[in-house]
Amino acid sequence: MKIIVAIKQVPERDAQLKIAPDGQWIDESELGYSTNEPDAYALEEALQLKEKHGGEVVALCAGPARAASALRDALARGADRAIHILDEATSGEGQAQRDTLGLARLLAEAIRGEAPDLVLTGLQSDDLGLGQTGVVLAELLGVPHATLILHVEKMEAGIRVKRELEDGWFQQIEMPLPALLTIQSGGNRLRYATLMGIKKAKGKELRTIEAAALRAAGALGDAGAARAATATLERVYLPERQKRTEMLTGTAAEIAAQLVEKLRTEVRVL
Amino acid sequence: MSRISLEAIAAGQTLAKQLGLECSAAVLGAASSAGLSEPASSGGSSSFDALRGAGLAKIFAIEHSLLEQYTADGYTIALKQLIAKFAPAYVVFPHTYQVRDYAPALAARFGQALNSDVIAIRFGESGAPGGSPIFVRQLFQGRLNGDYRQSAAANSAGGAPAACFVSIQAGAFRAESLKPESDEAAAQPVPVEAFAVELAAEQIRTRPSAPFRESAREVDLASAQVIVSVGRGIREQENIALVQALADALGAELAASRPICDAGWLPMDRQVGSSGQTVAPKLYVAVGISGAIQHLVGMKGSKTVIAINKDESAPIFEVADYGVVGDLFEIVPELTKAVLTTKG
Repeated sequence: MKIIVAIKQVPERDAQLKIAPDGQWIDESELGYSTNEPDAYALEEALQLKEKHGGEVVALCAGPARAASALRDALARGADRAIHILDEATSGEGQAQRDTLGLARLLAEAIRGEAPDLVLTGLQSDDLGLGQTGVVLAELLGVPHATLILHVEKMEAGIRVKRELEDGWFQQIEMPLPALLTIQSGGNRLRYATLMGIKKAKGKELRTIEAAALRAAGALGDAGAARAATATLERVYLPERQKRTEMLTGTAAEIAAQLVEKLRTEVRVL
Repeated sequence: MSRISLEAIAAGQTLAKQLGLECSAAVLGAASSAGLSEPASSGGSSSFDALRGAGLAKIFAIEHSLLEQYTADGYTIALKQLIAKFAPAYVVFPHTYQVRDYAPALAARFGQALNSDVIAIRFGESGAPGGSPIFVRQLFQGRLNGDYRQSAAANSAGGAPAACFVSIQAGAFRAESLKPESDEAAAQPVPVEAFAVELAAEQIRTRPSAPFRESAREVDLASAQVIVSVGRGIREQENIALVQALADALGAELAASRPICDAGWLPMDRQVGSSGQTVAPKLYVAVGISGAIQHLVGMKGSKTVIAINKDESAPIFEVADYGVVGDLFEIVPELTKAVLTTKG
């Protein structure tokens, strides 16, 4: 089975975010980056499928130069090779990183040439959280898709997948290959790169393609006027407080005493 | 009719009212028109009762045997036909797992991206071309908000403006705002129109099974009065005992955010959030939980929220009534001690 896993590099989970002076985006200058966690689950599912059924796992990422480290990490975890669509416009205030359709078109162009059996993406990204790239990608590639997938089973013809629904329900779906799946977190335990893996990764192929070249080569479609109806990001800001939060301070014992007081007199659970 | 669907209609009504447009609804399924045209007084009740007197111009009932069970292909093809015919300026959805499965593909067929998981819509701000609304979304797991706006009047080749696709977060709008203003309004017949779609079996590429539960739910968090919930801040599985002790002291149920359940430290039954249980207890104590959107959506209806987290910018503090920025490993044991002492 040839599996392509599309990953994204996002600001580290605990990063302290600063808004850029013009308020249009965050200040990326001192941020640490890591692989989007849902994408790590997609990679894990791909690696497990390869271990069971053989084949190849290819990691794919569209991003600026720093994104190569996410791909090297994927190689260290076990991917066979990697493709980096280099696009500096996808960092900073570059609208490109927030252009879902444009990005999906780039990825689709790179994927078409590879003709995979399966394409996996994470369910959504920890930064923008749009949760759409995978579904749009399936649409552009003309393949069936399913989202919120926890587990993939290869069948005689096609696959059967376990999809998560709200409120503790699940569903099985059967579909033919080639297909695209967006992977929900928690279906597997994540493996991490070992020293051996990191060593091996150095010998694996990491191919870089310029986004501009892909855009020129592919029939990436107009986007212009038709896309204007989509709202685009204008500014970012700290959320206005919905609630008036009473912050409690002091030593741990003092805070505990204050909380117990609230629990007794105001919340009335003691 | 699900609450979140009614909330989406309320959002659509808000848009329509501000922009001077008509608002209609579309319902898909095999037998969605059952009981449709019956006036309320006949005693028949249908899923459309909730929409009586809500001021909708039309309710399109899209029926087809192939839509009996949800599939992305079925819903995308059917809605594409509806949208192509009526050319709406906005198409509004509730942000459910189902919508996330097909709406981006549907929008892409019209050359659009979906403006997903919108928490608010604002109007009338200076510089807004043609009075276009601002859609507010959450970024970075709720740490920042972002204002999204259409850049220009959109015109497709045919001259009719292209549609803007929007999905609305649960709880962002109030279903109550749809209540009819008077008994007369409530007795209005529902303006239903059947919409026929062309759909062939071979266009549906996936075969879904009926939904199932893994095991009988052993913990019913929804009925707990007090919940103590643990998140990533707990760092190790064995540290959960600390939080369990607090839960025991309070007579509370123990719950967790998704990553704790993903790691297998607590059963999925104890998960609070969009994929787990939605709770609204008298008291919710969030220990070491950052407050990602998927979690907040499951507990923001709690009457009182106490949050303990070492990061002062954690989004959990936005829904907290009482907040403690501090080390849970110091605070929680002290709190447990203080509770037990008070209880005698």
